[in-house]
Amino acid sequence: MTVPLSAPLETSFDYTRSLGPVLSEFMTALAGRRILGSRSADGRVHVPPAEYDPVTFSPPEELVPVGPEGSVLTWSWQPEPRAGQPLERPFAWALIQLDGADTGMLHAVDAGDAAEMHTGLRVRPRWAEHRSGHIRDIECFEPVSAGAGETPLAAAEPVPVEDAEHVTMIVTPIRLRIEHSASAEETRYLLGLKEGKVIGQRCPECGKVYVPPRGACPTDGVPTTTDVELPDTGTVTTFCIVNVPFRGQRIPSPYVAASVLLDGADIAFQHLILGCDPSDVRMGMRVRAVWRPREEWTTSSENISHFEPTGEPDAPYESYAHHL
Amino acid sequence: MRDVAVIGFAEAPSVRHTTGTTNGVEMLVPIFREVLAQTGLSRREIGFWCSGSSDYLAGRAFSFVAAVDAIGAFPPVAESHVEMDGAWALYEAWVKVLTGEVDIALAYGFGKSSAGDLRRVLALQLDPYTVAPLWPDSVSIAALQARLGIEAGKWTEREMAEVAVASRAAAVSNPRAQLSGNVSADDLLAAPYLADPLRAHDCAPVTDGASVAILAAGDRARELCERPAWITGFEHRIDSGSLGARDLLTSPSAASAATAAGATDVDVAELHAPFTHQELLLREAMDLGDATRVNLSGGTLAGNPMFAAGLARIGWAARHIISGDAGRTLGHATSGPVLQQNLVCVMEAR
Repeated sequence: MTVPLSAPLETSFDYTRSLGPVLSEFMTALAGRRILGSRSADGRVHVPPAEYDPVTFSPPEELVPVGPEGSVLTWSWQPEPRAGQPLERPFAWALIQLDGADTGMLHAVDAGDAAEMHTGLRVRPRWAEHRSGHIRDIECFEPVSAGAGETPLAAAEPVPVEDAEHVTMIVTPIRLRIEHSASAEETRYLLGLKEGKVIGQRCPECGKVYVPPRGACPTDGVPTTTDVELPDTGTVTTFCIVNVPFRGQRIPSPYVAASVLLDGADIAFQHLILGCDPSDVRMGMRVRAVWRPREEWTTSSENISHFEPTGEPDAPYESYAHHL
Repeated sequence: MRDVAVIGFAEAPSVRHTTGTTNGVEMLVPIFREVLAQTGLSRREIGFWCSGSSDYLAGRAFSFVAAVDAIGAFPPVAESHVEMDGAWALYEAWVKVLTGEVDIALAYGFGKSSAGDLRRVLALQLDPYTVAPLWPDSVSIAALQARLGIEAGKWTEREMAEVAVASRAAAVSNPRAQLSGNVSADDLLAAPYLADPLRAHDCAPVTDGASVAILAAGDRARELCERPAWITGFEHRIDSGSLGARDLLTSPSAASAATAAGATDVDVAELHAPFTHQELLLREAMDLGDATRVNLSGGTLAGNPMFAAGLARIGWAARHIISGDAGRTLGHATSGPVLQQNLVCVMEAR
């Protein structure tokens, strides 16, 4: 059996979030090297501030300064930091109860060694040099006993924040690496493309031919098993003319994206129609694949650059009506 | 209210890494076939389908749509999805059957945890303002809870190791388990810390897998299954999203769900505890005494397919009734960081 093809995909997105009144004050304060908690009606102080009390669901009575020092409530050791975490060398995660707070705040403690950590350890924030009003304005916490040289006292003092710097949004970049595998069926299709062939598969129950082949027939829910080599000619079942420019666009608009039903297939796939004026493209138009030069072929759908008209008479509507 | 029972269950082998796609089709096709064969049903007799999975795990948008191919959804079927463990899909399916709209419903869950770095992916379920931007991984957060319990005298590292020992011993009889065998607590405790105070045996393995269960109402259940697992209570609850505001030494939401579901006099409980100390914590929170046998399947520590493991716990709890091994069982599922959300399904023979 062929080993399925796989490839890494890195997905990333900068999440932009509006903060609302409570977290906006909290983040703005961080930019000024201050930490705020929220005082609930019962007198408990939550850090980070709770937009609504988790028990009574009431909004906070007021925001109050806490810390900057605090005590470790519990901790765990991170011997091999993961991408994106506060420190790149081994460190502790801890729930830290800042002085004046009633809850623990999660952050990293730069303790150097697990042997330096213990519950009750006194810690203080180490502020990032460049702050924007974000939880990462606190680079990490460090034991209070650590040499004052690491954090000059002046650098730990609050700084005034101008009204103009009031933070209402945060941006958090998210990046994940996923190893994507093609199914066994898709793998045979992609390997076929590398040889200049279009391989579909037939459902053993309903006899329909799917291209690209799917892991299971969507009608019968059984794997498609029989390979069917298809010609690279087909019929435009439906299409649209793309006039809108967008980021990453490779072809100057206007151009045509169409559903092409290959001869012998029961499902259309999307491709480009080039080689004619977009206004000449029509439902039923007969088209043929234009392949990239053989030396550029890989296990990719991009081996077919686009489709172009064959010049044959149009296919009758009835021949593709069931595939729209 | 209609009587509704679990009448069938199947799960894919729990494995560290499949070569299949992240849409789960390869894992689902065989277990759909298996569960339909158990009940003698055909696909067309399923009135409602509901799945649980996550796009973050799959690394693609609407990944569950591709999975629908595995159910043969043409002509169109009634179908739904939760971005949750399949146990919550089962809950939705149960409600659907209770309304009387359908008599038979199927819930499934799937996850290819190995496609990404699971510990990082799970960081994204945390508070997106003040916690997730630090990328705290799931094992580190569980370790914070484990230490709290150790220092409060709730459990010891040896008691945690004993949970792993029992899990692997029970899993010997489960051919689809990922981890099984006879090990000693001394051997396990000799291993180094993975995230002090947790060792590898304290953490459920990274698992690719899938599970499926079928529900049926009243007479249909009796026709299709000799000994249906009648659902007598089905409840879910959630604790605050703020880690620091929670009492991590217990699980108020698990306790509340268990009480509401009437979780008393249970012969067998299948608990969705991805970490050893959480099995101990859940037993206490749900007030399960020594008369209740726990995780006879090996539990989540023997295989933890994300978005399928909770449904599998309910499936196993039902299987103990269907097979005649137990009269009253409990299936539990969890979601979120350190047992934030909990679901309890109590079933009994009649």
